[in-house]
Amino acid sequence: MTQTQSTARRRLFSIAAGTATAALVLAGCGTSGDLDVGGEFTGTYDGPDIELDYWNGFTGGDGPFMQEMVDRFNEEHDNITVVSNTIPWGDFYQALPAALTAGEGPDVAVMHLDQLASFAARQLLLPLDDLTDQLGLSADDFTEEVWSAAEYDGARYGIPLDVHSLAMYYNTEHFEAAGIDEVPTDAESFRAALDALQEAGYDTPFWMPSRWPSHLMNLTLQWQFGGSPYGDAGEEAQFDSEAGLEALAWQRSIIEDGYSPADVAIDTQYVAFKNGETSITWDGIWQINDLEASGLPYAAAPVPTIGDSPAVWANSHNFVIPTQRTSDENSVNAARVFVAWMSEQSGTWAGSGMIPARDSVRSSGVLDDTTQGAIAEQIESMRFLPPVPGIGAVQAETLEIAVADGVLGTRTPDAAMTEATRSANQLLEENRATFGE
Amino acid sequence: MTATILPTRRPDGFSARPRGRRGSPLTPWLFLTPYLVLFTVFVIVPVVFGMWISLHAWDFTLPRRPFVGFDNYAKLFDPSSSTFEPFWASMRATGIFTVLSVPPLLIIPLAIALIMRANFPGRNLFRAIYFAPYVLGVAVVAVLWRYLLDNNIGLVNYYLGQLGLPDDIAWTTSTPGAWVALVWVTVWWTLGFNAVIYLAALQDIPAELYEAAKVDGASAWSQFIHVTLPGLRPILSFIAVITLIASANMFGQSYLMTQGAPGRETRTAIYQITETGLRGFRMGDASAMSFVLTFVLVILSAIVFIAFRQKREERA
Repeated sequence: MTQTQSTARRRLFSIAAGTATAALVLAGCGTSGDLDVGGEFTGTYDGPDIELDYWNGFTGGDGPFMQEMVDRFNEEHDNITVVSNTIPWGDFYQALPAALTAGEGPDVAVMHLDQLASFAARQLLLPLDDLTDQLGLSADDFTEEVWSAAEYDGARYGIPLDVHSLAMYYNTEHFEAAGIDEVPTDAESFRAALDALQEAGYDTPFWMPSRWPSHLMNLTLQWQFGGSPYGDAGEEAQFDSEAGLEALAWQRSIIEDGYSPADVAIDTQYVAFKNGETSITWDGIWQINDLEASGLPYAAAPVPTIGDSPAVWANSHNFVIPTQRTSDENSVNAARVFVAWMSEQSGTWAGSGMIPARDSVRSSGVLDDTTQGAIAEQIESMRFLPPVPGIGAVQAETLEIAVADGVLGTRTPDAAMTEATRSANQLLEENRATFGE
Repeated sequence: MTATILPTRRPDGFSARPRGRRGSPLTPWLFLTPYLVLFTVFVIVPVVFGMWISLHAWDFTLPRRPFVGFDNYAKLFDPSSSTFEPFWASMRATGIFTVLSVPPLLIIPLAIALIMRANFPGRNLFRAIYFAPYVLGVAVVAVLWRYLLDNNIGLVNYYLGQLGLPDDIAWTTSTPGAWVALVWVTVWWTLGFNAVIYLAALQDIPAELYEAAKVDGASAWSQFIHVTLPGLRPILSFIAVITLIASANMFGQSYLMTQGAPGRETRTAIYQITETGLRGFRMGDASAMSFVLTFVLVILSAIVFIAFRQKREERA
């Protein structure tokens, strides 16, 4: 049996080694580089020809638009070539810190607003205050929350490109058949619409997903019911507040009242909507181009106010310039030129289905006749996660699971949310120790 | 076979060989060097380094990685800590999956190997069909089945309904349905590998033994019990252990098919370690978890070996 034994032992070692190898490769490479590279930014780049690595996660209908914009930038700039690398967002946030600490990261990147604080706290981003001065960007051209959430510890780390929120998509043919003339805007008219759809033969008009984007729906509802899922400044999770429980109970009631089948797995509700099997779905505005391409008769409207006041979950794509050991003055300045140019072109970006972050761009008419135009009007009620380092990972481990359990009915909203709140607060506490606040 | 893998040992650790050693005593080591280098770089060093990480609050992006001693391990055994619940729930999930998947992965491939050993037209095609899924990556397998098994839009429930069977089982979002689905997909995906090993071992059993059994009037079942199974015994312990370890390391199927749903119920230990270490950047916790998992697997493998060893001694 000696042969067999040694084989098994080898396998056992390799298990332990698997995790450890990853850690070794990642950790062996030291921490981020010098934060003071770049020097004074003059607004132009006249150094030698340079190639910039540009990472983003635009894998959906927004991807081709971004590439077009990059191509145009490359045409207009002789000495800068931007090379895009598109990685699905889920992997992006895992890969970027590893690449940066290994000195293999990009020169410029796009990331979500709620991730900025985590990356800034890890000292993986370059402060961009001088760039906002140069661009003449100021708080009054942006929604307050978008502008302030890109700041961490008194410095600015992101230049907002767009905002994107949840929207309510509905099948216009189904609405017509059910005789719904007015798009529902509150709890009552929403229920009435669901009943009308059922009467018209659409048995399950609003499929309630158990995973993504279910927790975004839940956050939306928590805010609508007057809750504050992470406290005022992200200091304390409060999913088990009355608003949190009401939000989850409402989601579950959609299934119990027969408007949705039970056990809707991830992506299923969206596939069902595209196939015309369900009439309404709440999803991000990043789906607009995909729905356009599918040929489905659909329209988009703001998410109805189920709770007491209008609110909707939103996020924002931000340009960032990562720090790394290989950064030199040239690459940083060229990256600044790229970010500045992109920020000025954010009107074009509306073609991706997103909403430009700048008031001046939004009011310039780029949103006229676009699907997301109606949703952009709601910008004042858009709510963002607080800029707390590590909040994304906390949410994935706690709220997302609690919402899934509540929607599936495996636990009561109370039990699910209480447990999630307890462990979220534990994790937030540990994060504070890690990030040395 | 048994004889060849039990070398006679001398006190100096070298196998007894009648002929004298020729050349330098370093020669065997030189031949081993390439492997030892790889083994050291990719196994020994990471294991030791992982041990070191597990003694720290280790976030590789942060300059400060404070030494915490055995705190990360203590947390795994403290019910009020942030890692206790998720980790042991994931160990439970791994346990459930292993218990459910190992028996079918031992029995079904054996049955298939027995059929494939027979001579019939189209045998090679048959062999290829059973082995084919194994060449697919876990991502392909899991995404394919995730949609087939979807309880609302999937084909599996549709056809079950057409056959008059229950068509409302949520294969990816409820237990025990999710366990059935995960085990089924794993069996479908990997049975070809075990079947090939069984087939090779079956072809090693001397035909004379079967002939002798037939002469003695043994039925097909007696032949299986008294000739085939004993002939397979050495390979059986090998298959049992690699299947056990493969099942205990299950990750991709639940990561892609169920996302651990419902809740965390099908989130396995490796899944939890990945989430903690690579998504949550809590490398210290994750390393401590992997060492506890490794320890449990070492114990389990040892039990399997002892079980098989005793059987052999009984026979002897």
